[in-house]
Amino acid sequence: MKLDGASIVWASLVKEGVTVTFGISGGKVIHLFHRLTEYPIHNVLTRHEQGAAHAADGYARATGKVGVCIATSGPGATNLVTGLATAYMDSSPVVAITGQVATPDIGRDSFQETDITGITLPITKHNYLVTDVRDLAEAIKEAFHIARTGRPGPVLIDIPADVQVAQTEYVYPEEVHFPGYRPTLRGHDRQVRMATQLIDQAERPVLIAGHGVTIARGEAELMELAVKADIPVVTTLLGKSCFPEDHPLSLGMIGMHGQPYANQAVQDADLIVVIGMRFSDRDTGSISTFAPRAKVIHIDIDPAEIGKNVRVDVPVVGDARNVLETMVRLAQPTNHPEWLARIAHWRADAAGHDILSRESDALFPQYVVRAISEQTEGNALIVSDVGQNQMWEAQYYVHRRNNTLLTSGGLGTMGFALPAAMGAKIGRPDDPVWVIAGDGGIQMNIQELATITQEKLNIKIAILNNGYLGMVRQWQQFFFEGRYSGTPLSGPDFVKLAEAYGILGLRVTEKAEAAPAIRQALEHPGPALIDFRVVQEENVYPMVRPGDSISQMMRRPKPALQDGAPEEVQA
Amino acid sequence: MRHTLVTLVEDKPGVLTRVAGLFRRRNFNIESLTVGHSETPEISRMTIVVNCDDAVLEQVIKQLYKLVNVTKITDVTDEQTVIRELALIKVQANASTRAEIIQFAEVFEAKIVDLTRESVTIEITGTEDKVDALCRLLRPFGIKEMVRTGRVAMLRGVSGNGAEKG
Repeated sequence: MKLDGASIVWASLVKEGVTVTFGISGGKVIHLFHRLTEYPIHNVLTRHEQGAAHAADGYARATGKVGVCIATSGPGATNLVTGLATAYMDSSPVVAITGQVATPDIGRDSFQETDITGITLPITKHNYLVTDVRDLAEAIKEAFHIARTGRPGPVLIDIPADVQVAQTEYVYPEEVHFPGYRPTLRGHDRQVRMATQLIDQAERPVLIAGHGVTIARGEAELMELAVKADIPVVTTLLGKSCFPEDHPLSLGMIGMHGQPYANQAVQDADLIVVIGMRFSDRDTGSISTFAPRAKVIHIDIDPAEIGKNVRVDVPVVGDARNVLETMVRLAQPTNHPEWLARIAHWRADAAGHDILSRESDALFPQYVVRAISEQTEGNALIVSDVGQNQMWEAQYYVHRRNNTLLTSGGLGTMGFALPAAMGAKIGRPDDPVWVIAGDGGIQMNIQELATITQEKLNIKIAILNNGYLGMVRQWQQFFFEGRYSGTPLSGPDFVKLAEAYGILGLRVTEKAEAAPAIRQALEHPGPALIDFRVVQEENVYPMVRPGDSISQMMRRPKPALQDGAPEEVQA
Repeated sequence: MRHTLVTLVEDKPGVLTRVAGLFRRRNFNIESLTVGHSETPEISRMTIVVNCDDAVLEQVIKQLYKLVNVTKITDVTDEQTVIRELALIKVQANASTRAEIIQFAEVFEAKIVDLTRESVTIEITGTEDKVDALCRLLRPFGIKEMVRTGRVAMLRGVSGNGAEKG
């Protein structure tokens, strides 16, 4: 059957199981959109291409399926860049389809021409410029394969306008042939055995779970291993929700704003089993002082991650779920009562530093997050933005279900949450979806409120509104003489703004109003936005100074409620 | 330390940009890079010389393997190899210096590939050291123009490289 390029794209997407795309039309994707109506795929028209890329990313993270975004040439394509870089840093399977000027016009600085394959080279797993319609189906097949296999990542396909119009015999390839691309899924037997022996021998082991556990859907195997070998579990930011945080073995998050007892456990451990994480500086603090007493087992599907930042004793290249499955089988049932008792002691001490243990009527952002956690019973799918709001979410939302936190961990993209939540809600329509964002980040893609209304997406939005780019303000307070340069921020009346978009808007200024407002939002059948006017100069504690060891945390002083010089605590 | 990596890549558009871009993005330092056809159709062969320690070298190799179009990398640094570079050197010459220049070239088993009243163009093939040595000898006469290909390398013996990733 002969089809034009535009039809080949849609027919191939249908073959890949795609039912929804996120994108914006434009001069060089007119042909593509013209054919869309002939195929059973719904395009969500975002209000900015960055929103489309984040929405595709959110869809991909929420479902494990490939998310697809579409943009026209030139500015449409460049607007995808931040979203693709975000997906790349967090290993999210996204396929981006861009229109390009017609092949004879390439290189002539034509209207809305840009070298998008050149621009996205370092922020995609692979990309294609398809100059012959006969190569199109194969490129799409390969793009989906590359995006979702191995360590997932974004792939871009740039399709010139004349290729969208040109016709060819359409055959969708059954297989891909890559001499140079074969991800290792199965852990090497000997390495896995060695790793398991170390686990059997360890006296103070810690499991560190990263995003790879969620991507591989290895949560059940992680739980089995933790319980069988009696090992406490800490997670990275992106590893959060791969292990239920109300479980006795859960220590929460490590790193710069991690739980002090989680960091202490890692620093005191004689073995760390690191699964699907890449030793980001936000997790490790100063590398040379990280887990100084521990042997290191590193399980990752990407061989290049092994030994990149940290020396490893037993590397295992493979899919997290596959490797964990074998380790569960081989590991001996063990108990570590003394080790767990020590950690419990640290944990008890940490409670005294917690803002929520203080009597106060002030509306602290931590209280808001905890209230959302309680009202949703830790079961909501949370999409957090970047900055203080992201850290408070990470510290105070108790995730009880797997894969219920989506956040931009690697690139740290403000403006991620709102559009990513759209993709997440479309991918998991039965899950309650909450955005937790600051007043800075929410304004970076606020235009997507219109998309939410148009698509009737039942998303709840919590803005922790403190009138600052808060995380930078916090750094200025701690490290830059308290000079708040470029951080005070005025916003619109978010309640009126929500109403202007046809969304229920609520404002909370008092602590007592928080829980009722959250309940009201939950009971409202459509999207709702709550503007929480929180304590403005609240800080994220504890905190590791950049470059310090994670043993060295600045903690909230115990007696004072707020401010005052933070206390230094050494693990 | 200098390492020589024989890298086989699929002959696809942009593959050289991908390799070069990777080196720039990861802050690896390329000393030289040559590229040309291999014995297998649709597979090109790059010889990449990098100056780095062993830990960085491991990252260079692993990161290169992550490029979809890279099929095989062999570090031939510590192997028995034939290493060659080709250079074309145009040297200023006149009646009084021409004979000496030609004599130097002969000692180095280099070829005279072009001759005018004012210049001699020499083609030399050999290791970088050998090319360097001839350059040093010729410099006092005045080198008008020079082009060097960078290193190409091949393992000695019967083993083939194959076009498949090992």
